[in-house]
Amino acid sequence: MGEAIVITSGKGGVGKTTSSANIGTALALLGKKVCMVDTDIGLRNLDVVMGLENRIIYDLVDVVEERCRLEQALVKDKRFDELYLLPAAQTKDKHAVEPEDVKKIVDMLKKRYDYVIIDCPAGIEQGFRNAVAGADQAIVVTTPEYAAVRDADRIIGLLAKEGIHTPKLVINRTRINMMKSGDMLDIDEICQVLAIDLLGIVPDDEYVIKAANAGEPTVMNPSSKAAIAYRNIARRILGDSVPLMAMEEKGGILSKVKKLFGIG
Amino acid sequence: MARNQHHVTIKGRRDGLVFVLDDRCPFSDLLGELEFKLEKSHNKLLTGPLMHVHVQLGKRQITEAEREALHNMINRRNLVVQKIESDVAEPDPHSTHKVLTGIVRSGQVLRHVGNLIFIGDVNPGGTIQASGDIYVLGALRGVAHAGDAGRRESVIAASYMKPTQLRIADVISRPPEEWGTSDTAMMFAYLEGERMEVEKIVHLPRHRPNAVEIYKGE
Ligand SMILES: Nc1ncnc2c1ncn2[C@@H]1O[C@H](COP(=O)(O)OP(=O)(O)OP(=O)(O)O)[C@@H](O)[C@H]1O
Ligand SMILES: [Mg+2]
Repeated sequence: MGEAIVITSGKGGVGKTTSSANIGTALALLGKKVCMVDTDIGLRNLDVVMGLENRIIYDLVDVVEERCRLEQALVKDKRFDELYLLPAAQTKDKHAVEPEDVKKIVDMLKKRYDYVIIDCPAGIEQGFRNAVAGADQAIVVTTPEYAAVRDADRIIGLLAKEGIHTPKLVINRTRINMMKSGDMLDIDEICQVLAIDLLGIVPDDEYVIKAANAGEPTVMNPSSKAAIAYRNIARRILGDSVPLMAMEEKGGILSKVKKLFGIG
Repeated sequence: MARNQHHVTIKGRRDGLVFVLDDRCPFSDLLGELEFKLEKSHNKLLTGPLMHVHVQLGKRQITEAEREALHNMINRRNLVVQKIESDVAEPDPHSTHKVLTGIVRSGQVLRHVGNLIFIGDVNPGGTIQASGDIYVLGALRGVAHAGDAGRRESVIAASYMKPTQLRIADVISRPPEEWGTSDTAMMFAYLEGERMEVEKIVHLPRHRPNAVEIYKGE
């Protein structure tokens, strides 16, 4: 039985889709069977970031409304045999499905894949509840800004209500120089407020944007610092204790990350 | 002898009489009024069959001597005191402290009637609210509202005091620009007239000697 992990944030645009694509791909790179599920109905873009848009025939709503079987809607990745995507519908909206529908699908996927990575839409409404319904675990993505941290905090409270009590934190788009100069919230401050385990820190990296536009997840490019960060996150999910990269570290963070275990 | 006649209310019931005695006036006023009512205004009560009297004291607590005095006053001719009772005094929610632990996260509101000791952080966007005092053993970064039903002597204390906003009763304070201090460790807030003041927790007994019992040394 696999594990379903929802990638969520509250605030929009902080890197949920980027993280879903890269964590999913990195897990496949490490030999795991992975299915990514895009629950951002009406604003799907996990397929674009993965470069799979032109392979889509059916989507999540088609499965829910029984226009096709689950297997027919799964899109196989170009790079890995054991990496699949269940795309969101682009034409409907989030009310087209109910949390129980998503849960049923995720439960079926968990039987066949080691990891089901669920890309959650921004916000705290129905789309969030849909995304979280089938998840066993959650990764909360934030950026080093007050508003993003505040929304992450809100989401952590809501996840507890949904029964997910130990979500993990990914801090995305960090810039060491700005943190050092005090122009950006530093890692310690964020960890203190959110008080959940830190799973990884992803630097702001222009490769991420280039890669997204090329439909090739950053994680495939070993010269990208964000790629290394995402590979490390994937290894931590598998239970390896991987120290933070030299450039990620600051203050007493290393000790915190050493405490990290696998996500299960 | 008091001629004020609003402190004793006499009601008839199937099984006897109920004397409802005001619980705020001096005890002696009650005796005076009872004497007057039984002998003068309501003296018809003393003629007739045996009647049980149930005395209700409201929130008043009385001594044995006072109880005896009531007995002697009412037990005459056909009246027999059956019961003299006070309402069980409700414990004042502000005389004890509720202890809770956790994290009040953004969007969450923790409300309590009484005094609250919260072990954990109150994050930005979170609110902690009590009708009495609030003590945060942790970081207070969100909003705290003490005395939320108007109790102005309430205080807010925190190990780490960096709130978004503090409220005591109806007074709102936006730190830190309105405060005389920028200290954050072991601070508490209280009202001085209409102003909110913030000071080190060690000075709590000086400003609120009744907030909690004071340790006076061996
Ligand atoms: N580490 C990074 N470095 C540079 N750019 C990044 C990084 N992470 C994300 N981005 C860019 O930020 C933008 C938003 O990212 P993404 O779409 O992953 O966010 P999201 O949280 O899924 O947004 P939404 O809430 O709209 O679903 C994208 O253009 C993406 O390329
Ligand atoms: Mg997205």
